[in-house]
Amino acid sequence: MRKEYIYHRFERFWHWMQAAVIIFLGVTGFEIHGSFTFFGYEQAVEYHDIAAWSFIMLIVLAIFWHITKGEWRQYLPTWKNLKAQANYYIFGIFRNAPHPTKKTVLTKLNPLQKLVYAGLKVLLIPTMVLTGLVYMFYRYPQQNEVLSLNISGLQTVALLHTLGAFLLVSFFVAHLYLITTGHTVTSNLRAMITGYEDLHDETTNVARESAPTASDKIAAETKEVTQ
Amino acid sequence: MKRIALALLVLGTFSALVLTALNKNSSDTPPLTKLKEQYATKPKPSVDHSLFPELKKKFKRPHDVTAACISCHNGRAEEVMHSSHWQWERTEYIAGKGIRNVGKRNILNNFCIGVQSNEQSCTRCHVGYGYANNKAYFADSLDVDCLACHDNSGTYAKMNEGAGMPDASVNLSYAAQHVGIPTRANCGACHFFGGGGNNVKHGDLEEAIFDPARDIDVHMATDGVNMQCVDCHTAKNHQMLGKMYSVSSMNRNRVQCESCHGPMPHKDDVLNNHTLKIACQTCHIPEYAKVNPTKLFWDWSKAGRLKNGRPYELKDSNGTDVYMSIKGSFKWGKDLKPNYLWFNGTATHYLLGDKFDPSKPLDINRLMGSYDDPDSKIYPVKVHTAEQIYDTKNDYLIQPKLYSAKKGDGGFWGDFNWQTSATAGMRAVGLPYSGHYGFTETKMYWPINHMVAPKEKAVGCGECHTRSDGRLADVGGFYMPGRDYNPWVERFGFGLMALTLAGVFMHGGARIVVNRKRKRSR
Repeated sequence: MRKEYIYHRFERFWHWMQAAVIIFLGVTGFEIHGSFTFFGYEQAVEYHDIAAWSFIMLIVLAIFWHITKGEWRQYLPTWKNLKAQANYYIFGIFRNAPHPTKKTVLTKLNPLQKLVYAGLKVLLIPTMVLTGLVYMFYRYPQQNEVLSLNISGLQTVALLHTLGAFLLVSFFVAHLYLITTGHTVTSNLRAMITGYEDLHDETTNVARESAPTASDKIAAETKEVTQ
Repeated sequence: MKRIALALLVLGTFSALVLTALNKNSSDTPPLTKLKEQYATKPKPSVDHSLFPELKKKFKRPHDVTAACISCHNGRAEEVMHSSHWQWERTEYIAGKGIRNVGKRNILNNFCIGVQSNEQSCTRCHVGYGYANNKAYFADSLDVDCLACHDNSGTYAKMNEGAGMPDASVNLSYAAQHVGIPTRANCGACHFFGGGGNNVKHGDLEEAIFDPARDIDVHMATDGVNMQCVDCHTAKNHQMLGKMYSVSSMNRNRVQCESCHGPMPHKDDVLNNHTLKIACQTCHIPEYAKVNPTKLFWDWSKAGRLKNGRPYELKDSNGTDVYMSIKGSFKWGKDLKPNYLWFNGTATHYLLGDKFDPSKPLDINRLMGSYDDPDSKIYPVKVHTAEQIYDTKNDYLIQPKLYSAKKGDGGFWGDFNWQTSATAGMRAVGLPYSGHYGFTETKMYWPINHMVAPKEKAVGCGECHTRSDGRLADVGGFYMPGRDYNPWVERFGFGLMALTLAGVFMHGGARIVVNRKRKRSR
């Protein structure tokens, strides 16, 4: 058995902060939605706003990190091995077949993950952030001059925000489960905590052939430059 | 670990900075304390009226007092005669009806119904002496009753059923020597007792307001700022600011909380956002009729029952009238949550002679407004329902003659006969009466503006932003977070969650089963 470094320190910090903030947003958000009462409406709104700003700040940090590090390329969706990965979850996992892709610090996401996370980052999260900001800053149309967003009602914004929240809850459920589908039940979780993942030697080397990723290229380029 | 802690620290400080920056754009209106200081200083009269020889004499008639007043306060009586306190009508634009003179000749209500043919009783609250329904009456400035509003001695009172004349017990000379700026006692003498008893009409204006505690009314509290009616209902040339939508129609001449408190008086921006669609009163008057009950339902059809040929009254355990032979049966309410509706400051009125559909409740005054109307806000109102008399052939409301000077004059309160009462009343208003009467349900809407609670008692967020039984449960036309949701989004959302969970359990279950089999087969 050997250990492979998968997640940078920032990534782990980002992941866990994000997890906490999103769970908190979910709890306060669904309270505001009227699904249950816990903090009380006024507190829920106040906390939700604070959490929202923390989340936005976290996103800004994460975008900065991903751009400067070039890590955003990790999320570029690829067709390659997509079917193999899907097949693995449908059949292979039950036959104790090896993961079709190998996780390294250079390609930490499998093709299915790339697809889902890209959707999350390009569609769902921006939708939630934008509808959330409109929610915070809109003004009803009125005659006094108020330099803010004038929209005639919250309905559309609120429905989109709610729809997004339901999608995130479903993602959260699936995500919690898929954590257990690593080499061992806990190896993914451990990797996100320590940064290192235990790799069994028997693992076949499929991923290596799979995609010289963008990060690989960058790594190569930086080498060239430094040389 | 160090770096993570550092990152957390940076993130935390950054959040704090942004949040404080966001919080800064709250109100910059004059703070509450300045207002309190301003109204804590009470005006002192510049002269002592008791020293004037003009007032140090015995007045035979109240008209002589008026003559004495206007011998110095030249032209003031004419100002009063231009006011709605004197005119009892206004020229108003009513949507769908055009420009009309609205008031004593054509406005009905669903309490004591109308002035005409009942002047002797109703005009106890007219700012004049000897109101009679003829044009000549309104022309004489000596008929103006200065003391009703300006007596500060607390001894002046008008006679019951005396057409506005002072009560026989009043010492006119004493009252005339103690005049000043109107106090709550002056205004309240009429405005707290409209409809024939304490708090019958308004619900938020009643005898408890003569001397209210801070919990009852934060502005007029005698243990607080102790504001008088005229501090808000200011007057220029005897034209008072403010009016009631039972008798007025247009969005003008209103007293607004905002004139002192500014349009966005809260420290919290979320609350300030609400001010665009929610009237101040909606959150700041959580309850009305806080001390004494107000009338909610008046059934005129039950009136006229006699015991041994004599009228009688029934009271409930609190001493409140629930039946009177002269008026019918009533329902009262105390500590009431208001009704709420969209209101843009305009109202329509049922006017005498308007035909209506008796199969539906008739709105005697309808407050106009909707969510989509930028002038509209949600306001608290009291709704008063009644069963009142109408002409079943002509389909219009009847002005009954209620006041009875002597038996046989048609007045219901003497004869207890609707037929003769309707005949006499309709003759007085000059409308045909078919001879057939019935009773129909009518509604009036009275905006609630007083009994403002201390801010700690304002309506909380969760009282409206809630799925069930919220204060605004019936106010429609918009999406309110916490109250509203789209059933399809809910179905899709919970369906998706259920499917995901089912998938997880099936996939996970299969993995466990397969793993066990594999272990066993080894």
